[in-house]
Amino acid sequence: MSLTTAHSVVAPSSNAKLIAGTIIIAYALISIVPLLWIFATSFKTPPDSIAYPPKIVFQPSIEGYCNLFTTRTRQTPEYINSLGPATGFCDETVRKRNMVIAGPSNFLPRFVNSLIIAFGSTFCAVFLGTLSAYGFSRFKVPLADDLLFFILSTRFMPPIAVAIPIYLMYRELGLSDTALGMILLYTAVNVSLAVWLLKGFIDEIPREYEEAAMIDGYTRLQAFWRTVLPQATTGIAATAIFCLIFAWNEYAFAALLTSGTAQTAPPFIPTIIGEGGQDWPAVAAGTTIFLVPILVFTILLRKQLLRGITFGAVRK
Amino acid sequence: MLNRTADNVARATPEPLAKKIRGISDKGLAWLFISPTILLLLAINIFPLFWAIYLSFTNYRANRPNEVVKNLGLANYQRILGDHDVWIAMQTTAHFVFWTILLQTVIGFTLAWLIDRKFRGHAFWTTIILVPMMLSPAVVGNFWRFLYEPQIGLFSYVISFVTGIPPTNVQMLSNVELAPWAIIIVDTWMWTPYVMLICLAGLRSIPEYIYEAAEVDRASNWRQFWSITLPMALPFIMLAVLFRGIENFKMFDMVNLLTGGGPGSTTEVASITLKRQAFESWRTGYSSAFAIILFVAVFGLANIYVKALNKVKQR
Repeated sequence: MSLTTAHSVVAPSSNAKLIAGTIIIAYALISIVPLLWIFATSFKTPPDSIAYPPKIVFQPSIEGYCNLFTTRTRQTPEYINSLGPATGFCDETVRKRNMVIAGPSNFLPRFVNSLIIAFGSTFCAVFLGTLSAYGFSRFKVPLADDLLFFILSTRFMPPIAVAIPIYLMYRELGLSDTALGMILLYTAVNVSLAVWLLKGFIDEIPREYEEAAMIDGYTRLQAFWRTVLPQATTGIAATAIFCLIFAWNEYAFAALLTSGTAQTAPPFIPTIIGEGGQDWPAVAAGTTIFLVPILVFTILLRKQLLRGITFGAVRK
Repeated sequence: MLNRTADNVARATPEPLAKKIRGISDKGLAWLFISPTILLLLAINIFPLFWAIYLSFTNYRANRPNEVVKNLGLANYQRILGDHDVWIAMQTTAHFVFWTILLQTVIGFTLAWLIDRKFRGHAFWTTIILVPMMLSPAVVGNFWRFLYEPQIGLFSYVISFVTGIPPTNVQMLSNVELAPWAIIIVDTWMWTPYVMLICLAGLRSIPEYIYEAAEVDRASNWRQFWSITLPMALPFIMLAVLFRGIENFKMFDMVNLLTGGGPGSTTEVASITLKRQAFESWRTGYSSAFAIILFVAVFGLANIYVKALNKVKQR
């Protein structure tokens, strides 16, 4: 009876599947090598990291992480011997290289800046984006298509081109190198994504829910708050993660508009240097710490990924 | 008891603000909801844009704010269009955009087509492939500098191992011939998954019954691919190409960290030239004019993009 549905005539043969699977797995493994190499390098000692041929098997060490979080000064062995016993693993590792920990490095404050600016701008962008998306989705807005295009088009501006006048404007307003300035800027960049994505999500919520609520005596605002927002939670969460990833990864504005107190991690990580060039294990350690949250978010987001990267143009 | 009284009092007292919001018309509410976004974009995007337009007609230099600003008319624009270096930068950008898009489209579509064979575990491996595109181009681009390092870098080592070229001679970033390809390789590595994901959506949007009908008509696999698969996935491929085109046209972060435009100016794409002019030579007026020219170019692309996007949506 069920003969017709049991097997599709166009299903790929098992041979085709095998070949396809092999190629895809090979590509996936090769493309992941640079990331595994970052991870491996973060646990190498500086000499191991620049060994020839590149070392695949090595004695793991957390020296890279020690170097990432501290600044060190070179001292004579006599001076180091005159110090008391080492106070912890990092201290001990550093002393073996005739160095003494001089203090904390700037990595932690830069990382905290990244957190503050990314979360602050995400909150603002999603807040503004949700309101606008609801407005565009439910009301007849004059010139709605033009306004939506205007909102999207701001995303297409080359960041360096925007940075020139922003740099001058922030200098006048005293917003240069401040977290507030960066939050405002990232909010403006992200709000276009937020509006477009959220409009798609809110369009999918049937209007009947609000209409029913309004017949029950709720005002429009209460209906928005009590019926639309709870329904849009998934969309809002996905949008927030996309905004967060953008702000977290952003480099051009951060490099040009911040230099000290408000600098984020992306412009800071490349400046980590040791004696005689870049301290690659420390850079790898910083990179690893910086990438882990994104890996987690990517896995959480995988179902919404397509929608996010196309501004809601393609939905599954 | 007391609570209830308080409740009644609250209900009876008309809160002026609450009443205003409650009594607001839908039209008013729409503007209340939309205007903050528009105002923010006007302040952070449009106002600076107009400022840049103004500056582009002047000889203003941001490092000498007290100097008298002279109006130059269209001189900056004339100088840019006649500037040999600018044309070189545009050529470098075109080379970069052309090859990255070609490679990413071919590889991305092939991968998507293979994943669509739906072998066991394809969802897991798809997620693995997608990881590079979510990462920061700056932070990862910076690390590729290490992979490209002659001799000690993994990439150089593998290349010399495979080709037999002495490891110290594989100088991806300092060789004039190889540096443009070094940035193309990293960009392709990062963004092929992006094209793949969009192509995959295109392939999955093709209804099964079309293939079944083709099968009934005994169309060959080759014929099915050219007459059904490719034309039906084309709007999606175009969408991916346009998105990548716009993004790579304004490419800055990865290239800036990987080569900084060097060696010499062999990898100096438009955004790097702009940065050098604006933030190193401090020719603010001149670089503003260049920025405006880039705006116009990107806006042209954006317009085409939106039209293509609407076509995809109509399907």
